[in-house]
Amino acid sequence: MADEALFQFLHSEIIQYVNSAETGESENGRCVSKLENMGFRVGQGLIERFTKDTPRFKDELDVMKFICKDFWTSVFKKQIDNLRTNHQGIYVLQDNKFRLLTQLSAGKQYLEHAPKFLAFTCGLVRGALSNLGVKSIVTAEVSVMPACKFQVMIQKM
Amino acid sequence: MSRQSNRATDNKKMNSELFTLTYGALVTQLCKDYENDEEVNKQLDKMGYNIGVRLIEDFLARSSVGRCHDFRETADVIAKVAFKMYLGITPSVTNWSPAGDEFSLILESNPLVDFVELPDNHSNLVYSNLLCGVLRGALEMVQMAVDVRFSQDTLRGDNVTEIRMKFIKRIEENLPAGDE
Repeated sequence: MADEALFQFLHSEIIQYVNSAETGESENGRCVSKLENMGFRVGQGLIERFTKDTPRFKDELDVMKFICKDFWTSVFKKQIDNLRTNHQGIYVLQDNKFRLLTQLSAGKQYLEHAPKFLAFTCGLVRGALSNLGVKSIVTAEVSVMPACKFQVMIQKM
Repeated sequence: MSRQSNRATDNKKMNSELFTLTYGALVTQLCKDYENDEEVNKQLDKMGYNIGVRLIEDFLARSSVGRCHDFRETADVIAKVAFKMYLGITPSVTNWSPAGDEFSLILESNPLVDFVELPDNHSNLVYSNLLCGVLRGALEMVQMAVDVRFSQDTLRGDNVTEIRMKFIKRIEENLPAGDE
């Protein structure tokens, strides 16, 4: 079974690659898009394998709780620390010690690079939700690393 | 009780699949970015190298392996400790050259290629080439220059996956350069 460290190394290297492949003014945006799309495909595949034998989810909130607990634990070895919702399709998932940011910095250093480190995971969540029948837009924001917030906006189909 | 242990195995499995699927997404992206398989192979090797030079520190910190005295010991550590730790498999070490400077790692199964099939138009793609780079980079950090390549690949129709490793030379420790 592949070790967690290996995924972290690979993830960092992928960011390096995508970053260097994109040159120009809009480079950050294209970089983030590419990473998000990769994460999307991985999220779709991952959730299919993971929930093969899971019973049907009761509702949207149930799906989000699953993402926060089971899915996050499996991928990041811990649960989401805080889930908030306005009960109108917006969810905020807070991770106080996001594993893919701990290597980057503790505080505000390199803040401008943080979006690249979150893009893949945004895609991962969007892909997972997509194959659970939930269409969404997932963004992330970070002010003090390694804490960050993922915002999920459910799109009514 | 049994449900809990199922979840634990599921977690481990999913972690492995996270890596496998992410690697697949990377290779897919590289195939889009580069026109031919040779370029993709080179890029995978380069990325692997970058990972390898950092992975070695993680490996040395987490395993209690000391300095290897010869290439044979190195081979054993790679197969029995490193591969086990990072990929959960233990390849066998065989096909030593008479001079003892070249050997093969035979992988019965390769976690990187779960769920993977090579399409016909990518027959020159060495899908798992990242591994070669990782091994090369990691060993360079412990003063060994090696040549690593795949000589057999289940994705290309062979029965097993075989990585051939050749010792080139010992790298002298470089003292920091003066002002240039």
